[in-house]
Amino acid sequence: MTPAGRRLRGLGAWGLALWSVLPLVPLVIWSFAHGWRFPDLLPAQGTLKAWSFALSDTSGMLESFGVTTGIAAATTVVALVIGLPAARALGMHDFRGKLAVQTLILMPVLLPAIAVALGLHGVFLALGLTNSVTGVVLVHLVPSLPYMILILSGVFAGHDAAFEDQARSLGASPLQTLWHVTLPAILPGVLVAGLFTFLISWSQFLLTLMIGGGRVVTLPLLLFGFATSGRNDLTGAIALIYILPGVVILIVTSRFLSGRPAALTGQGPK
Amino acid sequence: MLMLAPVLIVLGGLCLGGLVVALFRSLGVQILTGTGTPSLEAYRSVLGQPEFLRSLGFSLYVALTATILSTVIAVWAALLLRQRFAGRGALAFLFQLTLTLPHLIGAIGILYLLSQSGLVARLVYSVGLIDQPSQFPALVYDRFGIGIILQYIWKEVPFIALILLAQMQTLGEDYESVARSLGASRWQSLRHVLFPMILPGVLGASVLVFAFVFGAYEVPLILGPNMPATLPVLAYRKFTDVDLAGRAEAMALAVIIGAISALLVALYVWSVRRQGHPA
Repeated sequence: MTPAGRRLRGLGAWGLALWSVLPLVPLVIWSFAHGWRFPDLLPAQGTLKAWSFALSDTSGMLESFGVTTGIAAATTVVALVIGLPAARALGMHDFRGKLAVQTLILMPVLLPAIAVALGLHGVFLALGLTNSVTGVVLVHLVPSLPYMILILSGVFAGHDAAFEDQARSLGASPLQTLWHVTLPAILPGVLVAGLFTFLISWSQFLLTLMIGGGRVVTLPLLLFGFATSGRNDLTGAIALIYILPGVVILIVTSRFLSGRPAALTGQGPK
Repeated sequence: MLMLAPVLIVLGGLCLGGLVVALFRSLGVQILTGTGTPSLEAYRSVLGQPEFLRSLGFSLYVALTATILSTVIAVWAALLLRQRFAGRGALAFLFQLTLTLPHLIGAIGILYLLSQSGLVARLVYSVGLIDQPSQFPALVYDRFGIGIILQYIWKEVPFIALILLAQMQTLGEDYESVARSLGASRWQSLRHVLFPMILPGVLGASVLVFAFVFGAYEVPLILGPNMPATLPVLAYRKFTDVDLAGRAEAMALAVIIGAISALLVALYVWSVRRQGHPA
């Protein structure tokens, strides 16, 4: 490569890197700003006020963090329990109607949430599930379950059932086989799938708003409230707290996958 | 099959169920109580409003522009990431990081970056190009949807680029080396050897992105103009309208949004089948 080409490549890489972090920059500055008027490039005064308010009981952030974590964890556990057998069937077996099943599983990925959510609202209302955490967990299954199944069926496609047969022939019960043979073999895949499912539930906005009815205040809803009420400093601080789990999950999974882009394992355009 | 039953019940019930209920309610029938007589009144009303056509046009324009720009930049970024250079790992990490960030974060970040008193406007002021915020071009809440489009470029370039990078690494560089050794230029080997091989992946990823941008709610809500709103924003607005006729119209919009997305995906699957590429 010519020196000019190398310089152009360097410039492109720097440009992309800068652009990737650029939207986060004003969030970080605002979170430490004590008033930040136009045209100041930086706040005249720095303060930790927004952070201490965000972490106090009055902001509702901690409660929201707990609610969001609980919903994401519950969604992940339910998605795992019902997704695991389905992923095994799809990853290890061929059967009639497999294409139809795959299409149904992919449908929530391709269909806009609003198309589903407006109709579901009436059903959830009739079932008494609106304004409740249970309802929100149920509706979060729609976007998260497909990713759980897609990642896990990939894991099962590379799984050898012969080990399970051997365990069974040596007298292990089905449950023992699952616990001592199957689960250890697929554990890294299960962890990655679980963490990404968690993240998908963690990112939901519209579905929570519709089914939670404003009563179930997850972090994105709280954040949106502060953003639209002009509290830029508080929005900055809560935004940075909100992205924390994603960063932690990225670091954890990239260790599991050593070298392979963690995000490639199934995180969609959402 | 028993192993599939729970998933089919949950996804079939929630996803298909939601669509079916929306369809019935858009036709004026309460499916749960079985009351009401079917009519196309809501569709007639929605399609008759100039607001609808403007929203439809705006949604299609934003989704198409964001998808094309993201795809082009992502192909270039993937070609860049395929090479070895100092900082390659750092850039790949930043791309993965962006992938984990919720769209809401990107939307608020872009708002604070590009609004008329945002960080970029302050930079432009500091070099003396503008004297007051109102002289800075409207890049958010604007009728060209620039803020929305930029947010999606920020979020989707890493998504497409990382998919393509994985695909390129699986293919290896042998095919291109052969082309080069036969006298093809660097551009020719890209154009005639690599691009045809990655085309199915590029198309698949961009269809996903288009469907997602077209149906998204929170990003146009934060960064978009009031008029025209994108279709999902319009649908939610009608749904929460005090006028009860708005409910049926919102359901009609939900059905229309779902139908357009489904049509697009079906078109993609059909074209892939016809060309014999693996889906």
